[in-house]
Amino acid sequence: MLPVQPQRDVAEASLVATADHGPSWLDERILKDAGFLVKEIPIVTVGGGLGSFAFVDFLRIAGVAKSDIRVISPLPKPYSTFAERAKASQLGPADRLRSDSMSRIDNIWGWPGYALSEALTKRALTPLLKVLTEPLLSEYFTPTVQAVVSGLDREARRIGWDDIVAPSWAQVVRRRTGGGYFVVTRPGGPGDPPVAYRANYVHLALGHPSARSLADLAEYRRRCDNPELMINVYEPHGWIYDKLVQSPGRVLVRGSGIAASRILERLINDRERLGASTEIVHLFRHYVQGAVGPPRFRRPGGDGFAYQPFSFPKAAGGGQLRARMLASSAQERARLVLGMGGTTTPRRRRWRRQLARGGQEGWYRAITGVLLDVQSSPGRRLAVRIQTDARTDLELVADFMIDATGLEDDIRAHPLLADLLACGGARTNALGGLDVAATFEVHGTRSGAGRLYASGAATLGGPLGPVDSFWGLTHAGLEICDDLASQGACEFLGGLRSVSQWWRWMRDREP
Amino acid sequence: MTLTLAGRLQTRLMILASVGVPWTLIFSLPLAWVSGVSPRLSYRITLETAIALMVLGLVWEMAYHGMQQFRWDKDWPTAFGLITIVNEGALVWLILHLIPGAWESSPSILPLFVSYLCTTWVLLWAVAQGPLRFVVLRWRFEGGAFSRRAAPGLVVPFIVTNIGAVFALVILWAVWS
Repeated sequence: MLPVQPQRDVAEASLVATADHGPSWLDERILKDAGFLVKEIPIVTVGGGLGSFAFVDFLRIAGVAKSDIRVISPLPKPYSTFAERAKASQLGPADRLRSDSMSRIDNIWGWPGYALSEALTKRALTPLLKVLTEPLLSEYFTPTVQAVVSGLDREARRIGWDDIVAPSWAQVVRRRTGGGYFVVTRPGGPGDPPVAYRANYVHLALGHPSARSLADLAEYRRRCDNPELMINVYEPHGWIYDKLVQSPGRVLVRGSGIAASRILERLINDRERLGASTEIVHLFRHYVQGAVGPPRFRRPGGDGFAYQPFSFPKAAGGGQLRARMLASSAQERARLVLGMGGTTTPRRRRWRRQLARGGQEGWYRAITGVLLDVQSSPGRRLAVRIQTDARTDLELVADFMIDATGLEDDIRAHPLLADLLACGGARTNALGGLDVAATFEVHGTRSGAGRLYASGAATLGGPLGPVDSFWGLTHAGLEICDDLASQGACEFLGGLRSVSQWWRWMRDREP
Repeated sequence: MTLTLAGRLQTRLMILASVGVPWTLIFSLPLAWVSGVSPRLSYRITLETAIALMVLGLVWEMAYHGMQQFRWDKDWPTAFGLITIVNEGALVWLILHLIPGAWESSPSILPLFVSYLCTTWVLLWAVAQGPLRFVVLRWRFEGGAFSRRAAPGLVVPFIVTNIGAVFALVILWAVWS
């Protein structure tokens, strides 16, 4: 279970009140008067997930000592949130993610990739053959959840992650009079004094605040007698599948992205292996019949899905599409991100065969339309009303509804980011994410010689397309590290340093 | 590999010059002994092939870039990097034969050429797939380019790594005369 944010205490409430009265700048005196312990750490990163991990990995490899970095995080492991969401979306340890072999979150060079590592650990040639022939004769190689997690464990141990994490919740980040920032935190342990970190450089990688609750779903849950039958895919909901194996049922699945594909795979696997007689009704908002787009920007599609192997085209990470994003205006970038990203799923042969069989045998039905209403139905079921594309209303009764429309992407749902937008000088970009530069510095938040950076999902719409991916987090870590190096906060990762550090990685030695 | 046009051209030059040429200089001698030709001829064949791969390769890369545009991911699959040995090798062979007096016809030239081309090609492909990533950390993030927006002092490294091409030309001139 992920930790829940604790209530604010009196000292902190008074601090925030003080800060609200005056300008957004904080003085050490105010904090000490409010009972805070002030610690001076040059580089502080907020959020203890994969974004911070990638950043700290770079810092350690660039020669920054453990004592000069702090990660403000309540999470026990850097992959806690990632693992929890993977599990909720029905990915077991041996199931494969949607990530490239060279997009290693635990290796800044990307080589050896996950494929080579898997080939060596399992003593098999298949991953290497797959990487050799992808995507022409085989589908892209993707790592398993277990491979990612064990790689992260190894790298976390190597860089001394546990010594760097300060278990606490970050409340606000405010500019300090005189330059730099204060990161005001609430410690995780009882009896610990509240701490404020005085830092020159702050990095934010807060991820998605929660599963996305579309306004209509929240409303239906509120009104319905059985809200537990309406589930968001990223909330733990394993009990549904057990129920469906026990007795036949109908599931309404909403969404056409990777999460929906995974749910369908789980439901169909249970049919095949455990004998469940589940009927699936799949609601598409937009049904994609085939390939869409002009000849040189044409995305494959079919069976209602827009197909692309990864969340963005590969070149958006580090190729010609990335170069195009860098050269584009803010509006152009927003358009490109929507066009290249959006709701897509990889085209996997197995999935297509499963759905084709479902269509033939009659237990899988695809409907294009919009959800109009969901109400309770007798017998602990849901009565669903859908407006189809043909403008007719369709009513059906379902046992469960699984909403697979994604994670919350409104950054204001994070209190810290909302505060940053209100008092910190930050602003949003054309897509609603934090407005960041190519170096991932948050525009408008500079404080004297200090800088504030952000990476991950909150920066969607900036110069890098695939921000919420292993590649994107590593790429952001590199950009920020280079910017810090230009200011002398860490060493520049040139050729010699890169090779020697890579060799240390290979030998599992401390950076 | 996701490459920009500039990245492709730079990578082709850089890898051939800094890895390909030293490999050529080392490998040509044993190759001469094995195929029973004079070392002079062996060096001539291999160095001319290397330079032809470099020069013609710049044109090929532009064609590959054009083909890449029709892929949604705008990437160049790993296997293509190996398959293109066929078309590039064939063109180099044709051109170096068409130049009058360039390569005299001898039964041992074709096997020499093929073995040199295959070994060099696979070596360069393997370097580009793997070790390049930990030597030039930013290569994969910059679309294959070795220049970087913020990095200091690029002219010197570029010259140093491409000095191999100059060495190749100098030795070739020595071999001709």
